Amino acid sequence: MKWQFSNDAPIYAQLIEQIKVGIVSGAFPPGERLPSVRDLATEAGVNPNTMQRALAELERDGLVYSQRTTGRFVTEDKTMIETAKRSLAERHVKTFLAAMLRLGFQREEIMTLLRQETGEEGEFHGGSGV
Amino acid sequence: MAVLECKDLCKNYGRAAALDHVSFAVEPGHIVGLLGPNGSGKTTLIKLANGLLTPTSGEILVCDTAPGKATHAWVSYLPERTSIPTWMTTTQLLDFYQDFYADFRRDAAEEMLQHLNIQPRQRVKQMSKGTREKVQLIMVMSRAAKLYLLDEPIGGVDPATRDYILSTIIGNYNPEAAVVISTHLISDVEKVLDEVIFINQGRMVLQASVDQIREEKGMSVDELFREVFKC
Repeated sequence: MKWQFSNDAPIYAQLIEQIKVGIVSGAFPPGERLPSVRDLATEAGVNPNTMQRALAELERDGLVYSQRTTGRFVTEDKTMIETAKRSLAERHVKTFLAAMLRLGFQREEIMTLLRQETGEEGEFHGGSGV
Repeated sequence: MAVLECKDLCKNYGRAAALDHVSFAVEPGHIVGLLGPNGSGKTTLIKLANGLLTPTSGEILVCDTAPGKATHAWVSYLPERTSIPTWMTTTQLLDFYQDFYADFRRDAAEEMLQHLNIQPRQRVKQMSKGTREKVQLIMVMSRAAKLYLLDEPIGGVDPATRDYILSTIIGNYNPEAAVVISTHLISDVEKVLDEVIFINQGRMVLQASVDQIREEKGMSVDELFREVFKC
């Protein structure tokens, strides 16, 4: 997994986000054991206590569970993973919309641009903006 | 119990104050960045913790003990400049550390050296600057110490070596020991740190956790540093 960090948010929050992406994308498949805190911290190049904090929070959310002797595992609950996927997606959409509004685009223009980019321009062109 | 504690610590060089009423504590399990511009007193503080200098007034304690013979067994120190004897081979260096320090984990050191492909018969003087820094760090981190004092461990090495050094520090993390890293290369180390101590002209400016700074100020420690120490 490729770990990247921005300057404007706490590191533990960015770790949570990236581990979530890892789970949703299947880099950490359902039911699979996660690497140890030390290994994950070394891989991400972060403080082990910060990694521990991120994992504890994911555990509270239920995306990860721990077994006393064998370590931490990704949840097998597919609905929960789907919900996490959905909420990550909603956040991306919101960020995108906010950026487009800042650029001065109206809702309709944004939709048209999206259709163009996704190659659906022809199908919907001339429609009533639905 | 704090691993390192300063109480109203002052150090003067003649009439110049290098450290001016500094007080803080470092808890076990924490990796702490000692950050400040050049000449702010970082090295002086580390030398005091090591017993290489004595305080003018106030106190500095390692595990509740004034620096001395007892604390030398608990403190693993990486000086600012490479200090390993250059005529030694890697094997001789391992013997040397084993003789000096009861807590030296030779197998851990050997494993890390092997990982870097450093030959047992290679002499320190035949190594590049970056390799020497790595070898010395391996020696320092291979001790099962209570306090690691790393004075500018990533100064003057290339970014790949920097990454290696930082991941070696993380990989040797011990929840019972504390690590103090002095540096001014903040953006490189801040992800590795629990908390930071800013010092300027011998005075403590701030002690806070990295994520606390990011959460409250909405900026990285590096950005905050640039703001606080703006020239």
